[in-house]
Amino acid sequence: MIEACALVKRFGSVEAVTDVSFAARDGEITGLLGPNGAGKSTCLRMIYGVISPDSGHAAIDGIDIQGETSTARAQLGVLPHATGLYGNLTARENIAYFGSLQGIGMKRIAQRCDELGRSLDMLGFMNRRVKGFSQGQRIKVALARALVHEPQNLVLDEPTNGLDVMAIRNLREMLQGLRAQGRCILFSSHVMQEVAALCDRVVIIGGGRLLADDAPEAIRERTGSASLEQAFLQVLGHGAEFS
Amino acid sequence: MRALLVVFAKEFVENLRDRRTLFSALLFGPLFGPLLFGAMVTRMLNQNTFEADQPLQLTISGSELAPGLTQYLRSHDVKLELAALSEESAKAAVRSGKAPVVLIVPPDYRQRFEAGAPAPVFIIADSADSQQRKNADRARALLANYGSAIAQQRLQVRGINPLLAVPVAVNDVDVATPTGRAVAILGFMTYFVLFALLMGGLYLAIDSTAGERERGSLEALLSLPVQRSALVGGKILATCAYMCISLGISLSAFVVVFRFVPLERLGMSANLGAGTALTLFAICLPFVPLGAALMTFVASFTRTYREAQTYLTSVLLIPTLPIAFASIYSLKTKSSLMLIPSLSQHLLMTSVLKAESISGLDVLVSAGASLGLALILGLLTARHWRRETMLL
Repeated sequence: MIEACALVKRFGSVEAVTDVSFAARDGEITGLLGPNGAGKSTCLRMIYGVISPDSGHAAIDGIDIQGETSTARAQLGVLPHATGLYGNLTARENIAYFGSLQGIGMKRIAQRCDELGRSLDMLGFMNRRVKGFSQGQRIKVALARALVHEPQNLVLDEPTNGLDVMAIRNLREMLQGLRAQGRCILFSSHVMQEVAALCDRVVIIGGGRLLADDAPEAIRERTGSASLEQAFLQVLGHGAEFS
Repeated sequence: MRALLVVFAKEFVENLRDRRTLFSALLFGPLFGPLLFGAMVTRMLNQNTFEADQPLQLTISGSELAPGLTQYLRSHDVKLELAALSEESAKAAVRSGKAPVVLIVPPDYRQRFEAGAPAPVFIIADSADSQQRKNADRARALLANYGSAIAQQRLQVRGINPLLAVPVAVNDVDVATPTGRAVAILGFMTYFVLFALLMGGLYLAIDSTAGERERGSLEALLSLPVQRSALVGGKILATCAYMCISLGISLSAFVVVFRFVPLERLGMSANLGAGTALTLFAICLPFVPLGAALMTFVASFTRTYREAQTYLTSVLLIPTLPIAFASIYSLKTKSSLMLIPSLSQHLLMTSVLKAESISGLDVLVSAGASLGLALILGLLTARHWRRETMLL
């Protein structure tokens, strides 16, 4: 369970995020939707605690991320916007590095690498250096790296960026698999179809403010739109009027 | 602590696989100094011994006007080439390098010489050319000796004790020990050692900070449940490891080079065996964490590899400054100077090379000052890493 409570973040005189509250529940996939520059990444960064909110707080499984950062993060896997890997290390070593830093023993890490290699279909390149990997392969390694410590909660910042159709489909299946295990998944995107195909719940933000927080269908019905895309545009339009 | 070691191991292994790091840390950095040094000193020594053995070459114009002088020069092993040159053509010949130093005896030489008036001669040389300057000096010294010999003869002829014309007898006493003289040449070796030490960690300091940023792995790393100080500590420690390796290779290379440099040809013995090398290693060791912390600190503020490279190249020059001051003001080992890192290592290393004894207190102060500054820089780096601007 991931909770954001009244998050506010200013950069200089610009208020990037204004009073954003929402929750992502276990066993659900929650989509954080918004146009470019809406404040999605800033929200997520406050949730996984690499930047601190000017006011409000975020909690992972009820643990305050600013107060007990390490304990909260042990329950959290993160796939940031930039999914950089270490090119001179193999896929396995990349995953093991993060596992070790999560405090897992070498034996367990080896087990997890095998499990993740199987479930993410990456056994073929597990022991190759990451340098020449395709974007799809890289995302798999980055995802495995985020999941090595079996976190209950997973945050992904625009994970589908730069992926081809097949890879996106793969990712979708992986996330659905994690949802079936009862995990809590929060991911951001600016592509409506992606969110519609996957999410149980959609949180829409625009201009740093929360505009909607509901099931996709409910948002469509409430706005009286024929499609979700229409609904998204409608919600954003209203947001612009409010602000 | 565990996280620190995990970071250390990963950085160490990852950079072991990086050709650029290996080249600068294990080849270029440590070997550049010893090889350049060996080549320079060998050439310098060859040139010096060569000159001392070689007879002075002079082109003389108008020698028929000064038979006494000509004979004097010949009897002092000067290879004379007779020519008839005007002043202008002599200048042109020297300038173009066709003639070595030219000695011109002008037409009024004989008349003035016989009249007991100062008889002029001209030495034409290019003082911008170090070789010519030395030859002109040798010619000048010979002419002065010839002049004073003639003066004494003249006094004797007039019944005056010629020793009256030698009121002061100058004796040069050179107290330089053979090793001490060698150190004048070896002085800049210490800079090469410190340079190798820094080069060893340069790319790792960049790769583990700006590199982490540039390849986009920083944010994932920072979102792990690990203290930022552990991350920074592991990175600095890995940088230290490479610096130690580089330092070791560099000192070993110096030991080997010194076997082949013919220092003893000048009666100098370079005091650099394996034991001395180990002492030098120990003296430099406290400078390693300081260099690593300084480079990591500076590189932490940069966003790209290229930017980090630009700034760190200037950092490589920092240790030269105190050493340059030391040679300009010819500073000697003093306890207060031990507080200045890089200068203290330079002075201690120079003392060891001169086979002078060094005080344990000086070594402790030098190590303490370097390690203290390293700690401060390390803490500042960790503080910077805790800021959220690291990601922005």
